[in-house]
Amino acid sequence: MVNIEIDGKKIHAREGSMVIEAADDAGINIPRFCYHKKLSIAANCRMCLVEVEKAAKPLPACATPVTDGMKVFTRSAKAVAAQKGVMEFLLINHPLDCPICDQGGECELQDVALTYGSDVSKYSESKRVLPSKDFGPLIGGDMTRCIHCTRCVRFGIEIAGVYELGTIGRGEHMEIGTFVQHSLSSELSGNIIDLCPVGALTSKPFRYVARAWELVQRDSVAPHDCVGSNIHVHVKGDRVVRVVPRENEEINETWLSDRDRFSYEGLNSADRVQVPMIKVEGEWQETDWETALHRAVDGLKQVGSDDIGALASPLSTLEELYLLQKLMREIGCGNIDHRLKQTDFSDQQEAPAFPWLGQAIGDLEGNDAVLLIGADLCKDQPIIGHRLRKAALSGGRISSVNPADFSYHFPRLASRVASNMLAELVAIAQALLDETGKAAPEEFATLSKAVEVTDAQKQIAESLLKGQSSSVLMGEAAINDAQFSAIRSIATLIAELSDSRPGYLPAGGNGAGAWQAGALPHRKAGGRPASVNGKNVAQMLQSEMKAYLLLNTEPEVDCADTDAARKAMQKAQFVVSLSPYASEAVMAYADVILPVSPFTETSGTFVNVEGRWQSFEGVVPPLGESRPAWKVLRVLGNLFNCDGFDFVESSEVLAEISTAAGDMGRDNSISWRCPASLGSASEYRAAADYAGDGIVRRAESLQAVAQSRV
Amino acid sequence: MVAEMKATKSDLISAECKAEIDEWVAKYPLDQKQSAVMAALRILQDDNGGYLTTELMDAVADYLEMTPMAVYEVATFYSMYELSPVGRHKICVCTNISCMLCGSDEVVAHLRKRLGIGLGETTEDGRITLKEVECLGACVDAPMCQIGRQYHLKLTPEKIDEILDQLD
Repeated sequence: MVNIEIDGKKIHAREGSMVIEAADDAGINIPRFCYHKKLSIAANCRMCLVEVEKAAKPLPACATPVTDGMKVFTRSAKAVAAQKGVMEFLLINHPLDCPICDQGGECELQDVALTYGSDVSKYSESKRVLPSKDFGPLIGGDMTRCIHCTRCVRFGIEIAGVYELGTIGRGEHMEIGTFVQHSLSSELSGNIIDLCPVGALTSKPFRYVARAWELVQRDSVAPHDCVGSNIHVHVKGDRVVRVVPRENEEINETWLSDRDRFSYEGLNSADRVQVPMIKVEGEWQETDWETALHRAVDGLKQVGSDDIGALASPLSTLEELYLLQKLMREIGCGNIDHRLKQTDFSDQQEAPAFPWLGQAIGDLEGNDAVLLIGADLCKDQPIIGHRLRKAALSGGRISSVNPADFSYHFPRLASRVASNMLAELVAIAQALLDETGKAAPEEFATLSKAVEVTDAQKQIAESLLKGQSSSVLMGEAAINDAQFSAIRSIATLIAELSDSRPGYLPAGGNGAGAWQAGALPHRKAGGRPASVNGKNVAQMLQSEMKAYLLLNTEPEVDCADTDAARKAMQKAQFVVSLSPYASEAVMAYADVILPVSPFTETSGTFVNVEGRWQSFEGVVPPLGESRPAWKVLRVLGNLFNCDGFDFVESSEVLAEISTAAGDMGRDNSISWRCPASLGSASEYRAAADYAGDGIVRRAESLQAVAQSRV
Repeated sequence: MVAEMKATKSDLISAECKAEIDEWVAKYPLDQKQSAVMAALRILQDDNGGYLTTELMDAVADYLEMTPMAVYEVATFYSMYELSPVGRHKICVCTNISCMLCGSDEVVAHLRKRLGIGLGETTEDGRITLKEVECLGACVDAPMCQIGRQYHLKLTPEKIDEILDQLD
């Protein structure tokens, strides 16, 4: 630590830190445009010039390291003159179009100009004008407003790992752009909107929608992946009009994936159902809640409780999933599942209490060796990809075994593409056994006989063994693989042999929570074994149940076997859909549609992949007559005359779950089960981009991006 | 067994050019191939009749294992790289301070008159491009211009006519 003084205030600053960091920590404001705490230092905007005692010229605070005894003046005559001069130059080419600029009211340039600029410009020559650039459906590019801070360029190179924005030309002719016109491809691209200190890069879907001062900012949690990124939801009237990241260093830092940022458009989709609906003699009728709920209960009562199947999306809240399984179990039905895309359930009894990352999200950066199995991080968990990129850039050796050539934004030690991931993993495990000389577990030898260990597999094994902190992570393509249980066995074996942490990256924002809430056929809340073993999702669809209860789910697109799902829904005698949406397909097969709230319109809790419970409040009132699903499920419980459905607040539901599941251990170890065979190669069918859940599928701009990538 | 060669963007570079680029690559540490980017661009520009195309820049990126954007940044930053076709002869007239004080305005005016083109333009027959450049470091002999690899110093209208008459 060194002692410095800024504006007469004595400060202890970390050695090697810059003046601007010390000032920020001490709450002293220094204006800046190019400096950003998460990006490298460019020192090209010169806005942060300050006076330093004994320095002949003003120095940029962002690029001046603190030294013991340093005296800094941010508001001295010399500093102010320098700042004012820089401000004048920055404004020379900046247009005076604030009244039609989307950044107006939340613009760093406006704010700084107000404090540090002159009120009248001396400049009367013509200003530089640039045509707008097309960066794709998400980001507007009004480059005339650009002040060349290069935050967006550095973000691409350093954070997103995609060098697609650059500085073209020089001096007066410098432009930010892609040179060859194309849409930005990074799945984190929206962050440059936040980074841009002016109105050059703005949100296209938000264009001309609202002014910053008309918005109310409320806190929430993003539901689309297991990271549980923290978000601010911006509300105008009762409508969600924008989502931006809420800083949480332990989870998403200051970033947000494009999916979490732009999915809100789906909340305002025309597909939203606003009134309960029932089908009477093949015709849909809008009705009141009481009629619809009674209709739902009567319909379900007409079939035996064994003939009902409940399918829930892992996007549902902990409270909703808990009440759904409680309701089903109370009426004597164990057929409930949330693992919509999973196909192999054979080892579910031995499965860990819930799919856990094996570590905190922030700790991913510290890994020096990682084996990714079936993990399409760019598509499924962009923030996890970013954390692992940091690990890779600081020397971590990351390898992947995938069913297809998934793209990553970081270098990998080895990248194995295998139509039979199991065989590949067995070879890696064998390489570990060879290397360590440990005894192979029971029957493993018969399995590994058939595989040959190649150099790449040896390399992966070696990296995991050498790593002081290493992980073996199973992504969605592994979890949904036809041989998942065998993959799990071998992946866990690899982790054990190499002293690595086994971890999972489950689908949906509440995949971990669904296990804790007991939205499973074989386990109740808290992971306690169910008294009756119900049917899993595949069995429910194959055996064509008489009735289905759907929660936030469109089985014909959400389930692994979409054909079977469609057929099962069509054949069913009675289908109740609790969903914010009604598509044509749902209208065709459902009998009762109970409009429930998406995550922005209900209080609830998501459990992320670290096992972190994140509760949130609704940010807008439910649309039309729609109601939070936990309330609907509670009333259904009452109508079925079940005990224990007298909740008034969702917090009471949460308290009950806490009692049942609050002390669930975080342990991914499993007892050894040798896979019977190496199985066979299977064809991997990649899902379309931005098709993971009902909200995302209805977010127009994200769909435009997906279309442009086909 | 000969492995089947995959088509890559650097296939656009001729064997001779590749050999020349490799000489430059060899001057730098093994893991810093991109240091040869300026030389590679110059070699390909000369080989392509004086200008670079996006395809050629992509080929350099591929050959030197760089991101295309990084190559575009270099090629657009330096004024010696041309990104659109130029004449057989490129006359670069310095108009920076020393040359300006010593009469570069007259040099430019005379060239414009003689060639019938403005700065940044090419004669209709594709023979000559006139270009305004910044200081080329020959202030002591200002005003000056560069044609091809040759500096022409202490320019006067007569001297310019003489030079122009000698161009093919």
